[in-house]
Formats: sequence, C-alpha cells, structure tokens
Amino acid sequence: MYRALADAIRDADARGQTLAQVAIDQEAKDQGRSAAEVRSSLARALVVMRSAIGDGLVGDLYSASGLVGGDAAKLMTGPAGPLAGTPFRDILSRALAVQEVNAAMGVIVAAPTAGGAGILPAVMTGLAKAKSVSEEKLVDGLATAGLIGAVIAERASLSGAEGGCQAETGAAAGMAAGAATEMLGGTPQEVGHAVALTMQGMLGLVCDPLGGLVELPCVFRNATGSAIALAGIEMAMAGITFAIPVDEVIDVMGEIGREMDVRYRETAGGGLAATPTGRRLAKERLYQIRRSTE
Amino acid sequence: MVSLLDIIGPVMVGPSSSHTAGACRLGLLGRGLVGGTPHKAVIELHGSFARTGEGHGTDKAVVAGLLGFRPDDERIREALQIAEREGLDYRFEKTTLGDAIHPNTLRMRLERADVSATLTGSSLGAGRVIVSEIDGYPVEVNGNFHTIVLVAEDRKGSIARITGILAEHDINIATLRLTRKERGGDAFMVIECDDPPGEALRDEIRGLDWVRWARRLDRVGGGGAGN
Repeated sequence: MYRALADAIRDADARGQTLAQVAIDQEAKDQGRSAAEVRSSLARALVVMRSAIGDGLVGDLYSASGLVGGDAAKLMTGPAGPLAGTPFRDILSRALAVQEVNAAMGVIVAAPTAGGAGILPAVMTGLAKAKSVSEEKLVDGLATAGLIGAVIAERASLSGAEGGCQAETGAAAGMAAGAATEMLGGTPQEVGHAVALTMQGMLGLVCDPLGGLVELPCVFRNATGSAIALAGIEMAMAGITFAIPVDEVIDVMGEIGREMDVRYRETAGGGLAATPTGRRLAKERLYQIRRSTE
Repeated sequence: MVSLLDIIGPVMVGPSSSHTAGACRLGLLGRGLVGGTPHKAVIELHGSFARTGEGHGTDKAVVAGLLGFRPDDERIREALQIAEREGLDYRFEKTTLGDAIHPNTLRMRLERADVSATLTGSSLGAGRVIVSEIDGYPVEVNGNFHTIVLVAEDRKGSIARITGILAEHDINIATLRLTRKERGGDAFMVIECDDPPGEALRDEIRGLDWVRWARRLDRVGGGGAGN
C-alpha cells in the first residue's frame, strides 16, 4: 500500500481515477488478489458495520462495568436538540451504537481499531443514507478509508498505547472524512484536505480511558470524532484548503504520540482516568467485573 | 507491508483490537506451535497488557486463541469457562520486559503432551501482531502467512535444499529471509508460504542433520475482513 497520500493522489490524478480505484488496484497487486475479491471483502465488512449499528440502536446492550450502554438509543429517540432530525444527529447516534456493541463484547469491524470503530461506519452509512449514495460508492469509500489508514499506520501509529487517542479516533476521523469526501464526489485533492482539516483538529488528543477500558470516554469520543470529521468534510468540499500537506499532518501526529507521556497512552495513569471520579468508578466497577466472573 | 484489509478489519469481538483481537491472534499462533490446544499455559503480560488486560478481556482472548477460536468468534466471551471444560490449565502473571519492547507484549510457555514451546509477541494495534521470540530464538513473524522458522548451520546449498523440500510438498514461497550473526555461525531462516505446510514437511526439515531447530506457525491474520 502507499506510504504517502501525496503519491496516491498524484497517481489518481495522472490516471483520472478515484483514490478508491487506485487503492483497490494497489491492494490487489500487493496481496495477489483480484480487485473483485478486495471489493467483496470490503462489502462483507460493511454488512458487519451495519449490523453493529442496528444492534446498538436497540439500546439493550451494556458493558460488563455497566458504565456504557443505552445512549445511542437515547440520541435516536430522546428529546429534540437543535440538530434533531438532521444527518448530524443521526451520525452521532450511529457512532455511539457501534461503540456500545463493542464495549459489550459484540462483533464489530475494527476500523482502524476497535476503540475508534464507530466513526467510519457512522459517517459513511449516515451520509450515504442522507445523500442516497449507491452501495458501490459506499464500498469504494471503505477502500479510500483503508488507504488513508494504511498511510497513517506506516507514518505514525494506529495504537492508543503508542500514540494516544489521536492515533485511534483521530485516525478514524481522518479516514472517515477522506472517504466520505470522495464518496460524495470530492476530488483526490479535496480528500487530502478533508483528512488534513480533520486530523489537525484531533492532534494531541490523549488516550485516558477509565480503568484502561475501551468504555469511557471512548464511546463519546467516537461521537465527537465523527463531528470533527463532518466539519472536515464540509470545509474541504467547500473548497477550503489546509496549508500543511496531509502527510506532514500525519507525521506530526506520530511525533506528538511518541513525545506523549505514558500516562496518556492507554495506561489509565492520567487524564479523565486519573480524576477522583474516574479512579473511584474504575475501582468500584472493575471490582464488580472481577467478582462477577469468579 | 500494510494491507488495506488490515485497516478495515478485522471483524472481531470487542472491545479492543490490540487487547482483544491481537491477543487472540497471539494465542492462535501459540496454539499452532504446539499443534493444538495446550494442556498447560503460563502467560506473562507486560505493559498495557498487564495494566488493562483484565477489563479488556485480554485473558479471555488469549485463552480463546489457544482454544482455536478466531477474533470474530463470540465464544471468546466464555473462553475461560470453556478452557476449564477442555482441560486447558492456564495461569496469567504480570511481568516487565523492559522499556524497549512494545507496551502490549506477552510471553507464553505452552505444553501439550510431550511438546512444549515459548513465544513472545506484541499486539501493534488494529489487530496486527508480531512474534519476536520463539523458544529463545529471535524471530519476526506477523502471522499473515503460514510461516516456517528454522535455525541451521551456515553451509552452502542449505537454501536450495530447503526450498527443494517445499517444492516437493507443493508449497509456494511468498517471502524468504536469511540472516546470520557471523560467517559459519547459525543461519536463521524465516519462510512465509502461500500454502499451509504440514507437520510431515516440518519433520522432514527437522530430519536434516544440519538443521538445529524448526517450527511452523499457522496463518492467523491478514486479509482482515476477508477472514
């Protein structure tokens, strides 16, 4: 796969193709599979994504600690806020839904990781529904997302333990922004700017889950990460460009991650996990988990 | 090389791609080393695995892998109880393997009948794993291919002999890496294959008097959502 989004964008422009086509061709070449096989794998991932959204929106799933659950349904059916009835609110509920399934040890697609798995399905399926996008373009969008994630994996990191939450929900938001921009007709250049505009807003985000569990704040970070991705999409598709090239934004995410204190890298040693309430909840709830499995 | 389907995938039981899916894959690699469900497993958890593994179900996921369950198998949730029924005696310990090693690393000692093995592996995020040690030998295996690792005397024609055996067994080689510490010292070979090598093949390689040690590992990842 590509090591720089600039290279993929250059190839797409030169061939008059989308980034999705360029990514699928490269994947087929790298892995010795046909483009059709790659697409059918992505289509299967989409089935699992949709089923997780559906399961999560029912609202009857709770994590072992009981700290997470029921909020996706609340956002879907609860009292109206200023954005009720808009794709924005729909997308936030979808992001929460996938994460609630994940926290309850249900089946999800890591995209790129489980901790950030709500953002890509929420943004892609939510916008596809709102804009009546074809299934084929939606599957192609997942290939664009995979390309962006692969570049982030090569240049920075996709692990909260290595690079903080910016490497998980930050990467997922960048992937979702770029993928949705292309799905909705954006050019490869606009995809690059959508990723950069989104990831600049996630830089420095620490990984500080209570008790080290993928529950709080991870579930809500998928909703807020989706919101930042929507901002990136909206700006890039309006023709706004970001002065720092996308590959450099990705590099700096990696650099910030390497400099980040270990307390902020999934160890529950800092941030929200280390607040008095965070510590108390982790102690009470984790103790309960241990007791219930004995 | 990162595959697009590693990024959009794996399809997995939550909650953490590194602490659950990656941990399950490391368990599967360990299972492959001893050729089935071990009777005894001592698993030492390092770094973030040690600190947050319990709440992430890392223990369930590693044991599930040892039982042969894949990362998307919902039986992961009940893996500890299933292990008890299947006679897998497991024990988890916390350890420190130093700052240089990845924060999500584990070391396991496995026994199955008269076969035993040790493995050190790390979970890199997004379900990707790397095995860095087997039986005390440094290796680099990512589980995306069926893999043979071996240590042999550094002598002429060894690669030809090994690749010849693979060809006789109709196994296509994807990649082959050969390293050695010094001329005439031990030569270390990591062979990634497109087709699964059987135990007969491994035993044939072990039967060569200049091969000191050989192991095979099953493919446990790659292709992400496709698997």
